[in-house]
Amino acid sequence: MSDVSQPRNSYLDAPYGLASWLLTKDHKRIAMLYLISITIFFAIGGLFAAGIRLELLTPQGDLWTSDLYNKLFTLHGVVMIFFFLVPSIPATLGNFLMPIMIGAKDLAFPRINLISWYLYIIGATVTLAAVFTGGLDTGWTFYTPYSSVSSQTAVTTAAIGVFITGFSSILTGLNFIVTTHRMRAPGMTWFRLPLFVWSNYATSLVMILGTPVIAITVLLVAAERALGLGFFDPARGGDPVLFQHLFWFYSHPAVYIMILPGMGVISELVAAMARKQVFGYSFVAFSSLAIAILGFLVWGHHLFVSSQSIYAGLVFSIITMLVAIPSAVKTFNWTATLYRGSISWQSPTWWVVGFMGLFTIGGLTGVFLGTLGLNIHLTDTYFVVAHFHYIMVGGAIMAYMGGLHFWWPKMTGRMFSDAGSKTSAVLVFVGFNLTFFPQFVLGFMGMPRRYHAYPDEWQVLNVLSSCGAGVLALGYALPLVYLTYSLFRGAAAPANPWGAKGLEWTIPSPPTTYNFEAEVRVDEPAYNYKSTREVHVG
Amino acid sequence: MSQHAPVTPVSTYVNIFVALLVLTGLTYVVATFDFGLLNTPIALAVAILKAALVIVYFMGVRYNTPLTKVVVISGFCWLLIMFGLTLNDYLTRAWIGVAGR
Repeated sequence: MSDVSQPRNSYLDAPYGLASWLLTKDHKRIAMLYLISITIFFAIGGLFAAGIRLELLTPQGDLWTSDLYNKLFTLHGVVMIFFFLVPSIPATLGNFLMPIMIGAKDLAFPRINLISWYLYIIGATVTLAAVFTGGLDTGWTFYTPYSSVSSQTAVTTAAIGVFITGFSSILTGLNFIVTTHRMRAPGMTWFRLPLFVWSNYATSLVMILGTPVIAITVLLVAAERALGLGFFDPARGGDPVLFQHLFWFYSHPAVYIMILPGMGVISELVAAMARKQVFGYSFVAFSSLAIAILGFLVWGHHLFVSSQSIYAGLVFSIITMLVAIPSAVKTFNWTATLYRGSISWQSPTWWVVGFMGLFTIGGLTGVFLGTLGLNIHLTDTYFVVAHFHYIMVGGAIMAYMGGLHFWWPKMTGRMFSDAGSKTSAVLVFVGFNLTFFPQFVLGFMGMPRRYHAYPDEWQVLNVLSSCGAGVLALGYALPLVYLTYSLFRGAAAPANPWGAKGLEWTIPSPPTTYNFEAEVRVDEPAYNYKSTREVHVG
Repeated sequence: MSQHAPVTPVSTYVNIFVALLVLTGLTYVVATFDFGLLNTPIALAVAILKAALVIVYFMGVRYNTPLTKVVVISGFCWLLIMFGLTLNDYLTRAWIGVAGR
């Protein structure tokens, strides 16, 4: 395997200038544009979260007005989901790695890739405009008829912003699907694909099949507000529960848009850090597709208490249990991969083990919530809040951070502080659990979500939660410091700092604009750590 | 479109365009009659026929690769899932008695 480092003509420094970045068609540069953009939105979403946790330090609801509090949790959700979590791994790591992992020079449609970033920025800007023109207080779920009839906030503007951003997501999905089908190097068969590619492929299917529905649904809300049409307003012959069906038809699969790429990252990291082939490769690959498909059949579990038919509730509850199967396949197979592996305890591993613990708790509490009877007690309590944060923050963001550290040397050509990364992983793990575990207890005791005041006896758990949020924020701020430092002062990264398998580790760090100097031929399976043979480049 | 796709004659496009116009007229005509319960199914049937003509001819699916056909059919399957599981709610709501109703 080549061990070239710091090529003189890496994608980062050829050609120069702001315009060369803003008009780039290079998937790696677009990935970096996305990385910067989503980091900014992660910080903005985090500020809204800080506002929520500060208010909940005291039972009285005395820091913000209830109206402002409604806006804070709404904007926290909208920004984190639509502008951070959905694009996070696919648009950054996915954009950067998908072509390289399959031996291609770029994605199938480089211009469409750039358009997707611009659509993301335009959608985000429009949505931010809503923040400054009245805010948004509907919750990120935009439930009708409140959103379409009653709310006095900038619902229409925010809905248009989300609508535009949806197209960004669709274009990314389209690009990944076509790239996976058409751009694979000779010898890169479907069952030699890295599992990260399988995950992003499955994610792309969800993006393409689900996103148009949410785009149209929020547009219908905007139309009902602006034109007085009666889709969801009962007074005009509409049905508010229809909105919930349409909304969750996308938004439940959207959970898998957020977590499936994370699962792909974990598969890569587990194999690389345990120096072993992933246990049951084809099962892990197909479990991604199974999650993508089953994810579309379970949305009704969000409507158990929304006057949905009890019979529909039964059907949705049973199908919901099925999603646990492919998720468990992944978790058990990662564990089996680690078993008797030659595990390296470099910092990416720390993020991986954090993910596995937190995702397992998040997944298992999902089984609680999918159970029809128990759900009635837990609906709209902090138990739900804790559950989905364990999946999205404990799962998706831990995986994102793990992947970002793992591929950072490849993306930037610089090494970072391993100690800093380990410290950050521990801070995030401890801070996260301190923030959200008390919320399971609060929810079980009956504390409803989305209220800014609560009875005195719940204060201790809420203070613990708010303190945890502080530790969590520190854990996320630390990488900003040492990764920024590494950009300018980090030691030069070798081509393969982790001794990992995969095409991305056969080319220099950072790669050149067209990734590979010569045609790529692949003649071995993915994660072939037993073999002494190398992937031939050239 | 695949490399060996035949060139579609202009007359096909014209015929389909005329058919779409006729079907649009039909949509209007059937809307002036009251077919009772069949009102919505009839309107939907005409709309589906029009959409199918657009997809098969104007979008060139008929002359395209099997993969494209799989994609189009999958799209319809997903639409059926959305409608089917939503109706799973609407059609069973009346099955259970509600106190006081």
